[in-house]
Amino acid sequence: MPDIVIHTNKLTKRFGNFIAADEITFEVEKGEIFGFLGANGAGKTTAMRMLCGLSAPSSGEATVAGFDVYKQTEQIKMNIGYMSQKFSLYEDLTVLENIYFFGGIYGLNKKDLKSKSEVLLNQLGMHHEAKKLVKTLPLGWKQKLAFSVAILHQPKIVFLDEPTGGVDPVTRRQFWDLIYEAAESGITIFVTTHYMDEAEYCNRISIMVDGKIKALDTPANLKKKYGATNMDEVFFELARGAKRAE
Amino acid sequence: MKAVELNEISKTYGKEKTLAVDAVSFSIDEGELFGLIGPDGAGKTSIFRILTTLLIPDGGSATVDGLELVKDYKKIRSRIGYMPGKFSLYQDLTIEENLNFFATVFGTTVEENFELIRDIYVQIEPFKTRRAGKLSGGMKQKLALCCALIHEPKILFLDEPTTGVDPVSRKEFWEMLKRLKSKNITIVVSTPYMDEAALCDRIGLIQNGKMLSIDKPDEIIKSYQNKLYQIKALNKYALLKDLRAMENTLNCFTFGEYLHISFKYESDKTSIELINSLTSLGHSQIEIREITPGIEDCFIQLLKN
Repeated sequence: MPDIVIHTNKLTKRFGNFIAADEITFEVEKGEIFGFLGANGAGKTTAMRMLCGLSAPSSGEATVAGFDVYKQTEQIKMNIGYMSQKFSLYEDLTVLENIYFFGGIYGLNKKDLKSKSEVLLNQLGMHHEAKKLVKTLPLGWKQKLAFSVAILHQPKIVFLDEPTGGVDPVTRRQFWDLIYEAAESGITIFVTTHYMDEAEYCNRISIMVDGKIKALDTPANLKKKYGATNMDEVFFELARGAKRAE
Repeated sequence: MKAVELNEISKTYGKEKTLAVDAVSFSIDEGELFGLIGPDGAGKTSIFRILTTLLIPDGGSATVDGLELVKDYKKIRSRIGYMPGKFSLYQDLTIEENLNFFATVFGTTVEENFELIRDIYVQIEPFKTRRAGKLSGGMKQKLALCCALIHEPKILFLDEPTTGVDPVSRKEFWEMLKRLKSKNITIVVSTPYMDEAALCDRIGLIQNGKMLSIDKPDEIIKSYQNKLYQIKALNKYALLKDLRAMENTLNCFTFGEYLHISFKYESDKTSIELINSLTSLGHSQIEIREITPGIEDCFIQLLKN
């Protein structure tokens, strides 16, 4: 039996008459890199907010890290990590201050913080930047740092919302090296992206269109199913009929 | 006459004199679709703000539509259209009101130049009484493009119009640009997406304020220095780690379904020997094939040099 860390069944979110997420059903296994794709406005962010315990579903069920998205949102938050392109770190704090701040929030003690920040700075090669304000770092460095901070407390799952948007091609790949490493250590990765080459780095992906999950499989199987040579073509095939935009 | 010409343009910011644009020179022909390709922080926006007369350079000179950047800034402004990276229209005005406002500011009317924006405007027309702040990302982008075009500019500056936009909308946007180009408008567009580079007449690859290369996309590809191979095996991440640890590997990085790899030394046997050593390391379903590099490969090589 695989270890299921995210389970949803007909998970739905309505805003008035608008159904942002429409009966979405899927499972994610421990250590999996799961790509959550969709056009702008397809409902990805809404779904992700429900899974992070930030927004109560209208109907359906879901558990994240074994906790219920209706009743156990605080436990969910303690067991996940989150980063996005928009919110990651405090720009006016230094690199080290950010590490201590987020580590502290997640309940790491001083001793752990000291040793973990040491390891993290080594891993990222950022010792010289430790006392620099985050806002002075290039975007790619910020994103790598934000990811490392998001997994500092060894969460069961980390949610990444377009983590590599606008980042240069070399840094983008270094970022994925970090993702692979985290997945190998048993952290489940739930990631959204508009880069279709990155969809290929996922074990499985789902594609959302107009609130529904239209496809869910490994990249290889999806390409086979849609007779496509790459994920771009699969995405076009599914998303070009989309009726709604963001 | 060149549509745009830069000569050793530089810009520094702040007390620390951070060099955002470092003696950049290039020119753009009339009617050309020119792409400024580079990651966040490369200096693209600074160059756009200099060319649209919103920022005074510290050094160098430039002309836009034959006019001098600093001296003729008022004339330049009436001849260019600018779509900034950040949505900058009036959120409290409707689609219609925004468009009328920009037409009036430039001393024209929406009717006068409607032909130019017709294709784009019809897509947002059903929502013309909706406030700009309530529009979807894709609709905002189309409205911003209409507003930038409404005074029939000769040169259009588009700063990262497709960042954060999904692949389907990105494709639609580039089709709009192609139609504008056919109306002989010079277009300068910046993007972090390497696949969009191939759609430009010429591109400039930029990083850390410096131009790494300026040429037609296929010429940039021809200048790639090594043979490039794509390779895959059952366990991609293990393959990546093993290849990177090998003595003969020059560069190896992920590229969609495959890894791209180039070697330090090559012979006829390189591929066979590689497959053999990977097999002995426990890899299976190994495939390797020589390929033509793409713009992204070239950019990566330029960044590493």
